[in-house]
Amino acid sequence: MAARKSAKKPNTSKEELLGYYREMLLIRRFEEKAGQLYGMGLIGGFCHLYIGQEAVVVGLEAAAKEGDKRLTSYRDHGHMLACGMDPKGVMAELTGRSGGLSKGKGGSMHMFSKEAHFYGGHGIVGAQVPIGTGLAFADKYKENGGVTFTYFGDGAANQGQVYESFNMAALWQLPVIYVIENNQYAMGTAVKRASSMPDMFKRGESFSIPGEAVDGMDVLAVKEAGQKAADHCRAGKGPYILEMKTYRYRGHSMSDPAKYRTREEVQKMREDHDAIESVRALLLNGKHATEDDLKAIDKEIKAIVNDSAEFAKESPLPAVEELWTDIYA
Amino acid sequence: MTMIEAIRDAHDVAMAADDRVVVFGEDVGFFGGVFRCTAGLQEKYGKSRCFDAPINESGIVGTAIGMAAYGLKPVIEIQFADYVYPAYDQIASEAARLRHRSNGDFTCPLVIRMPTGGGIFGGQTHSQSPEALFTHVSGLKVVLPSNPIDAKGLLLSAVADPDPVIFLEPKRLYNGPFDGHHDKPLTSWKNHPLGDVPDGDNAIPLGKATITRDGADVTVLAYGTMVYVAEAAAEETGVDAEIIDLRSLLPLDLDAISASVRKTGRCVIVHEATRTSGFGAELMSLVQETCFYHLEAPVIRVTGWDTPYPHAQEWEYFPGPARVGEALKKVMED
Repeated sequence: MAARKSAKKPNTSKEELLGYYREMLLIRRFEEKAGQLYGMGLIGGFCHLYIGQEAVVVGLEAAAKEGDKRLTSYRDHGHMLACGMDPKGVMAELTGRSGGLSKGKGGSMHMFSKEAHFYGGHGIVGAQVPIGTGLAFADKYKENGGVTFTYFGDGAANQGQVYESFNMAALWQLPVIYVIENNQYAMGTAVKRASSMPDMFKRGESFSIPGEAVDGMDVLAVKEAGQKAADHCRAGKGPYILEMKTYRYRGHSMSDPAKYRTREEVQKMREDHDAIESVRALLLNGKHATEDDLKAIDKEIKAIVNDSAEFAKESPLPAVEELWTDIYA
Repeated sequence: MTMIEAIRDAHDVAMAADDRVVVFGEDVGFFGGVFRCTAGLQEKYGKSRCFDAPINESGIVGTAIGMAAYGLKPVIEIQFADYVYPAYDQIASEAARLRHRSNGDFTCPLVIRMPTGGGIFGGQTHSQSPEALFTHVSGLKVVLPSNPIDAKGLLLSAVADPDPVIFLEPKRLYNGPFDGHHDKPLTSWKNHPLGDVPDGDNAIPLGKATITRDGADVTVLAYGTMVYVAEAAAEETGVDAEIIDLRSLLPLDLDAISASVRKTGRCVIVHEATRTSGFGAELMSLVQETCFYHLEAPVIRVTGWDTPYPHAQEWEYFPGPARVGEALKKVMED
């Protein structure tokens, strides 16, 4: 781990590393808590955890500027926490309560925040990709220098509307970063079973969209790639594709027993490539933090997550009348 | 046998009988489907007859139409009915019209299966009931079974049918009947008479409704989950309702509907889908056209509200026995 730091990122500051550690840990602990609440029956229906993929969104958020926009699929809790949305509001949306970010109307997959420029949580695979392209169009139209981070998975990368988006984004030179979170499984189907050409970063070649593959388990590599892509977009050079090679430790959703892969495969990824453990090692080996410092952070995160869970349990159900609000103006 | 097992069995029977039958969809092959409706088929029939498709609904349906036009009989799965919209163009513009615009030169013997409906806390993108989007398109058939025996029998007929069939599977019924009392213990198809699915090819013809409860006072038109909700409502209110499980919306068994309404003089229509331009509106028109002089009260619809399917307050949205019961009482008072 120390070798990686000195070789790749000699100038990463202690504060930056601690920030990554804190944010990734917040996502992981939040998701673990969500899994527990699901098990207790407090969260129902569909719930897709981001555990394992934390470095992707945390690294890219480090490359974003105020006013940049982001949107993603249904595996969205991590993205919301990373862009500064209130963990209480996220958790209470999972439990379907009035204190949730969508007042209980959306649930796990469908949340938004104008303040955080978060344009959703989208439950339909790939549907967010043209929408992100349109957000980028609006940025260009307004000449505000903004960039849109449009996240989608390796499964969504096979939807036709992704390629319609690529063409339009390249044609109109839109400031959009297509982030393909390749966690290797589209639900239960491994990439090789559903993709004729598994190198997702090459998918923009015929549109002349530059793309690169990134170690999505390495938050520093993600940040660096995100910076490069954002600079490209801000310079008016059009869209950019980042394929984040990542891995989800849990099933596709809470109801997925994940029988399509071996326990050993998951275990090996956790042991050898865990994003949080890597940063932890950098912090400790570089003498940026002591075990006690990190324990203090763990404690702080635990308190935030517990508070969010308490809030999500105690917040009342939305009034029945809320069923009929926000349908029309 | 559960409804899932019955559907799998229908695939098995159809595939064994006819090597033109091919089965594919998202997670359908290696994994056997997220609801397990195609489990074991790839092992038994090989990867050329049961296989995974990428997540691209439009592509799945479009390629299936091509296969069907040239002699295969694809049976494809859209993982949730809520995911079908990218494929809607292929279904409405291509599959439904191929026979007509080719003067019958080409046909589209295709079955598109999709889990439909709510009651599983799935929120707005895993709970919808889009049947009316398909009944509105000429050239499609629309089938919606409510139990394992019908699921198997109707799926076999759908596969044998020479035209495109939209086969909607109420996912809340996959593992057991559900009467809308979400707080009661789950019941299973095991030991249920409708779970006693016969072996072999027991096709049930499309377009034949079935009466699940005889009654004299009011006719209830229902399908899918709502059949059980209506039965519960009749028991709880004591209204002597005749409950008709339509099973197939297109072709529709209008004879069975009008015979019953002419007998009872009253009619309540129940569906989970949103109200405006729902299939209930079509049923109401047909009842009015064929039974007007026999009606003793205005026909009532009980439906989902005209809102997106909610995450919270699902049971305020889902037309449960309380709402259906109120309608039964009201139609008797009118």
